Amino acid sequence: MYHYNDFDKAFLAERNRQFRAQVERRVAGNLTEDEFKPLRLMNGLYLQLHAYMLRVAIPYGTLSSAQMDTLALLADKWDKGYGHFTTRQNIQYNWPKLTDVPDMLDALAEVGMHAIQTSGNTIRNVTADHFAGAAADEVEDPRPVAELIRQWSTDHPEFQFMGRKFKIAVSAGAQDRAVLKAHDLAVRIVKNDAGETGYQILVGGGLGRTPMIGKILHDFLPREDLLPFIEATVSVWNQIGRRDNKYKARIKITVHEHGLDDIRARVDERFAQIRPTFSGVDQALFEDIKAHFAAPAFRNAPTVEFDSAYDTNPMFRSWADTNLAAHRVDGYAIVTVSLKKHGETPGDATSAQMRTLAEIARTYGHDELRISHEQNVILPHVHKSDLPAIYAALREADLHTANIGLISDIIACPGMDYCALATARSIPVAQKIAERFEELKLEHDIGHLQVKISGCINACGHHHVGHIGILGLDRAGVENYQITLGGDATWDAAIGERAGPGFAYDEIVPAIERLVNGYLELRDGPEETFLAAYKRLGLAAFKPFLYPEAQANAA
Amino acid sequence: MPRAFTPKVVTANALIEGDVIYLTADNCWTRELAQAELLTDEAHAQLRLLEAEQQPDVIVGAYLADAKASDQGPAPTHFREDFRRTGPSNYFHGKQAVGQ
Repeated sequence: MYHYNDFDKAFLAERNRQFRAQVERRVAGNLTEDEFKPLRLMNGLYLQLHAYMLRVAIPYGTLSSAQMDTLALLADKWDKGYGHFTTRQNIQYNWPKLTDVPDMLDALAEVGMHAIQTSGNTIRNVTADHFAGAAADEVEDPRPVAELIRQWSTDHPEFQFMGRKFKIAVSAGAQDRAVLKAHDLAVRIVKNDAGETGYQILVGGGLGRTPMIGKILHDFLPREDLLPFIEATVSVWNQIGRRDNKYKARIKITVHEHGLDDIRARVDERFAQIRPTFSGVDQALFEDIKAHFAAPAFRNAPTVEFDSAYDTNPMFRSWADTNLAAHRVDGYAIVTVSLKKHGETPGDATSAQMRTLAEIARTYGHDELRISHEQNVILPHVHKSDLPAIYAALREADLHTANIGLISDIIACPGMDYCALATARSIPVAQKIAERFEELKLEHDIGHLQVKISGCINACGHHHVGHIGILGLDRAGVENYQITLGGDATWDAAIGERAGPGFAYDEIVPAIERLVNGYLELRDGPEETFLAAYKRLGLAAFKPFLYPEAQANAA
Repeated sequence: MPRAFTPKVVTANALIEGDVIYLTADNCWTRELAQAELLTDEAHAQLRLLEAEQQPDVIVGAYLADAKASDQGPAPTHFREDFRRTGPSNYFHGKQAVGQ
């Protein structure tokens, strides 16, 4: 993984020194809140409902054990002993004091982490496939490209005061695990017919109040054109994107209003101008970055411990069946550690759990951890013979929930329990759905089913691309939950359809239960997933389960 | 016709802790909604908001929030303000944990 050089360290130290002085000036009354707010946002510091919130970037979701230990330290020393992992591979602390934040940032800098550009109208934390470097289906490790983009976009002078935020994701897998089509810009690493590696560029995706699926802006860019092409794209949008209305400011609206062809022509023109100014330094840098991401020394060893635990321990077997994914190296597995224990807050980890994860990664996992946009933690490189020991350690820390990809593996935004923008709560809805299906002991029968919950129209909980999406709204002073169905977060991305009228807070869990029972009735056998059944039968087949009364009245 | 004025309290977040605070009748800031000054006159409410905004070294983001009278003092009329005066529902953190 990437290690900061002297330049990076000096840059971060200087930036933290500046922010410390800004906080001091704010507290001393020499900066107004209006002056201070853009500065704190640029450094990841929000003010929420009950307290400040510090959002720390975990670039492309990659963490070392030492970094995870530091995240735990922050939780203990300056927060309430836990952190919340988000859908953008960040971690959020919900209770810091304004005057403690400079110390928190200094502690993060010690392990090469920061909160720069995790907010504000800038290029945000670059996200990537959480199985990067480990998945069997990828062209190459996408993280060197993500790191190159991170370095290029950090403090980029042209892109510090844009009309709105700009989110970039990178993936190299045949399967899309990074929701590429829901990003302002996405880089998909591909091979052409000649066997050369290059980049397909998607643009104009996004969720929020106007959900849009990303479109292909360029089919195959050679390596050396990547940064100038991205710079040209952001530059074009920064010039012509709307600044009169923040709801129409994102690039998805610009692409929609101007048309893809017009945007492509403008990008090509801008690209022709700036391409010659890229002297090749970026390519030299890229080669240097690549060396940081060399694969670990995998070992060739028997897997008898795994086989015997799998055969004799049904709990281990259930966990292995649900939480492991295929690794590109024989004898290895990718472990997804669920942060979705039934009844707990999706994405939250205590400081003790973080330390356990760091220790497991240090002992068994080549010192690597990942955070997924699905708010779970990944151990990307684990030899199968170590899995029984890992499972035992996870059990000790209450991190052994076997539910990856199942109905209780819910994405939920913080909602009105924390967020100042929220119109309703999300966390308790997620907790109750998970608890209900745990009671019913149904979730393994139901199979793969993604429920995604947002507490407002901004869609941080990705509800539009949930197989079942839930959107919490304020309807006449009461929490109300709208259901969308058939959303898809993969390469076949689709925006879910609104099912009908919303449900009150105490009606939403029963509604989901009726809907899922309906699916069990309708499906063509256990191998047909909820999404597949929905695609085959459509909304009309599922609606009667959500609205039995309307059905009875019509009869 | 303009809508009739409904009672309000002046609320904000504390500059250092970020905690929810309310303006009292004797010009202090309290952590408890029940101790806030309930403002029933629109002109007076606007004046109190202006006075709150003059204290940027103490508070952030002052605004007028709807409230109603109750035996215990001002009470929220909307669930958002109810959460603000209580704390999150997933953990026993924030105001609800204070003074326990």
